[in-house]
Amino acid sequence: MTGNPPTVTVVRFPGSLDHDAAVLAAVQTRIVSAALVHHRDTELPAGTIAVVLPGGFSYGDHLRCGAIASRAPIMGAVRRFAAEGGRVLGICNGFQILCEAGLLPGVLRPNRTLSFVCRQVALEVDDAGTGWSGDLPPGARLSIPIKNHDGAWFGDPAEGRVVFRYDETNPTGSHERVAGIANLDGNVLGMMPHPECACDPLVGSDDGRTIFDALVQSAVRAEVA
Amino acid sequence: MSTGALPRHRQLGLTNWEADEIPRLLGREPTDTELVMFSLMWSEHCSYKHSKPLLRAFPTDGPGILQGPGENAGAIDVGDGLAVAFKIESHNHPSAVEPFEGAATGVGGIVRDIIAMGARPIALLDSLRFGALTSARSRYLFRRAVAGIGHYGNCIGVPTVGGEVGFDDCYEDSCLVNAMCVGILPHDGILRAAAKGIGNRLVLIGNRTGRDGIGGASVLASAELSDDEDRRPSVQVSDPFTERKLMDCCAELARMGFFVALQDLGAAGLTSSSSEMASKGGVGLRIDLDVVPLREAAMAPAEILVSESQERMLAVVEPHHVATVAEICRERFDLDATDIGEVTDGDRLVAVAGGEVVADIPAHLLADDAPVYEVPQTPAPAPTPLDLATIAQPDDLAGAWLALLARPTIASKRWVYEQYDHIVGANTVRRPGGDAAVVRLPGTNRAIALTTDSAERHCQLDPRAGGAAAVFEAARNVACVGARPAAITNCLNFPNPEKGSTGWRLAQVIAGMSDACRALGTPVVSGNVSLYNESSGRIIFPTPVVGMVGLLDDAARSVGHGFRREGDVVLLAGAGEPRLDGSEYLGRAEGLPPPPDASLEVGLCRFLAGAATEGLLVSAHDVAAGGIAVALAESAMAGRIGADVVIGDAGRPDVALFGESGGRVVVTCAPSDEARLRELAGAVPLTAIGMIGGTRIRVHTGGTDIALSVADADRAYERALPEALA
Repeated sequence: MTGNPPTVTVVRFPGSLDHDAAVLAAVQTRIVSAALVHHRDTELPAGTIAVVLPGGFSYGDHLRCGAIASRAPIMGAVRRFAAEGGRVLGICNGFQILCEAGLLPGVLRPNRTLSFVCRQVALEVDDAGTGWSGDLPPGARLSIPIKNHDGAWFGDPAEGRVVFRYDETNPTGSHERVAGIANLDGNVLGMMPHPECACDPLVGSDDGRTIFDALVQSAVRAEVA
Repeated sequence: MSTGALPRHRQLGLTNWEADEIPRLLGREPTDTELVMFSLMWSEHCSYKHSKPLLRAFPTDGPGILQGPGENAGAIDVGDGLAVAFKIESHNHPSAVEPFEGAATGVGGIVRDIIAMGARPIALLDSLRFGALTSARSRYLFRRAVAGIGHYGNCIGVPTVGGEVGFDDCYEDSCLVNAMCVGILPHDGILRAAAKGIGNRLVLIGNRTGRDGIGGASVLASAELSDDEDRRPSVQVSDPFTERKLMDCCAELARMGFFVALQDLGAAGLTSSSSEMASKGGVGLRIDLDVVPLREAAMAPAEILVSESQERMLAVVEPHHVATVAEICRERFDLDATDIGEVTDGDRLVAVAGGEVVADIPAHLLADDAPVYEVPQTPAPAPTPLDLATIAQPDDLAGAWLALLARPTIASKRWVYEQYDHIVGANTVRRPGGDAAVVRLPGTNRAIALTTDSAERHCQLDPRAGGAAAVFEAARNVACVGARPAAITNCLNFPNPEKGSTGWRLAQVIAGMSDACRALGTPVVSGNVSLYNESSGRIIFPTPVVGMVGLLDDAARSVGHGFRREGDVVLLAGAGEPRLDGSEYLGRAEGLPPPPDASLEVGLCRFLAGAATEGLLVSAHDVAAGGIAVALAESAMAGRIGADVVIGDAGRPDVALFGESGGRVVVTCAPSDEARLRELAGAVPLTAIGMIGGTRIRVHTGGTDIALSVADADRAYERALPEALA
């Protein structure tokens, strides 16, 4: 371990809205600190044990969702971090960015309804062996909201590991109900639902905490190992 | 539309009399640039020339009011040294011409009004009226307006937490798109628009200026619509990505204390913002048009002065701060900030282009001295009560109930609000679909309740009672979630006030709203007027949209509208005489709806907020459109559990079930809490009417029993809008 405190680093893109702050609030626990890094930076802060690409409308979603952000200066450092096995979580727009960057398989297409959908949805854990779903067994359910326009994942699920699927309502029309998919190594996860919007029962649910707790635990474990 | 044959001032929307008035006030003939500026500022949209004298009737002050009408938005105290600023505004005419951009820029405009107060926007609401969805054009306008609202709100990261939608043929040609924004700020952070300090600089922040939206306030927003599509160039174009940067940038600069004054550029662009800032501050302003960053080359001075290009703010900044402000805007927020002029001694708004003065006008002539017109006060014939003998009783009451649940105005608005991000910011405690939205104030345990309401058919039939009914309905909605009604903003959507009884209806509605606001202690802190919502064939109902803010000391004590537990007691709080007159069941503006009972409404709100504070209410739901049958069904669907109730005999079962009146709320509580609830109710009637349980909603009235399964109700209620729009 380095002398720097273990840090979960959240990337702020122009258009990250307040999702970056919500993620920061969600991951701040006693054992790790959380830091923001600017999209124009080229290095991750020392002590980074995990990276989160938050939701939002990076660069106004101009060109194509996530396309410009995937080429932002900071993404070189994110790529290197992922290649070394570091844990990277992309939420919503962050998922789109990771697909555009080629760090995850597939693409995100416009929803079946061709419109934006904001809804509390039920997710089912599928591949429970990636460390992203904590101790939950396959089939366990989480209530977490989605809010996106281009949230229908399309690709070959065999090119990755499906961590979360939507229930039978499949609100975006995602291929094989994929809601969150990791790379084959399991260290990079993209998911359309927003766990940072599910960390407080008063505003809907706190099932999102499971994912942030798992992120911190598995990152710390990897660091110690 | 051909305007070639008309004289210049008529093309610009000025009357002959107004065109004669300008040289008289100015002491000389205006330049063409000046004439254009006058035409915008003297438009109804900017000057309120037909409504100003009537608006004075509104109560505007009271305890906790930090800013009443006259600034970019009103502001009220919400405790802990915090204030909320809020306002509602229309973007009706642009939305009828180009619904996506019209609705989107409507949201953008109201958000900038809140930014201009120094506040951080935390919630949006939208009140919409469209023609019947059987019309292809109405479906197109509605679909695109909802998409535009969603696009803008979602991209700027401000949750759209509530609003309302109604459909009627009278809105076929003149749809209504009203947007409300609420922001939060510390008491001592309230910014004002008055320019101050001779020698201070004028800094234009945000987007470049283009040719979009020229004449938006005059030829588009202040006249009846005809051949709308010709006017598409008058509609502005939205850029929410820049708006968000502007929002963050202005919040940061305000926090650092760099703004002497701040104003957004809305209708009539630079002309209105600068003349209002100068007039309010009792100073002059000198603007150098040559340095205004332009999107297109060779724009005429008049075009620069009245362009309604979006996402721009005008700030007064002390000279020694200008470089820092510009650097923060550029380096941290990637925004243009340009020093375009200065605050001068005197009262004149001077614009210079190419070394020549192109406009030199006392600012108050533009901002305050537009002619004021008394609108004709021709009373409409008094309405007569509906003759029930002419209304056939349905053979199948359950079928009528189901049909009512599927009526687009009543049916679930999920299709609408799921297109809006209503949870960004992680403070939305009560989401859309209930009586009012509840938003926690960031960093506190307090919350605000937000709703928009109108009572357009009632206003058409009996405008004074209808105006009051709209305010009381908003108050009941806020009280149903457990909040104390605090203040309102309003948008008065009316037809042409120069014709028929519209002017009289406008005055009556304002009087009725004022009566209700006084009774409730909820002053009017901001508002907007949209007139001329009519075409040759169709005239809208008077549609005063009330946006109300209520306060909750504890966000965790808010109440939802869904039934929850088997065995809970169902009670009817309040009282009213349900009538079909003007009801959604009747479906037309006919008859005489029951007048509101102010003391009952005030008592009912007090009771609901008090009961919520004590944690006694499991659910509360206002009895509104569709009567008690619809209210019961909505609570059952929201909680996925049925109920068995007995309601009073109103002579006929359809009147008892579907009749409307104010002053009634369905609440549920644990049987053990009923006695305490009765103590709290005091003089407010509180009648136990049934019990929660089962999978059906059963209602007994008179000798009739009607039942509907919750699942069937839900299917009809949820499918109606998606199917009407498929």
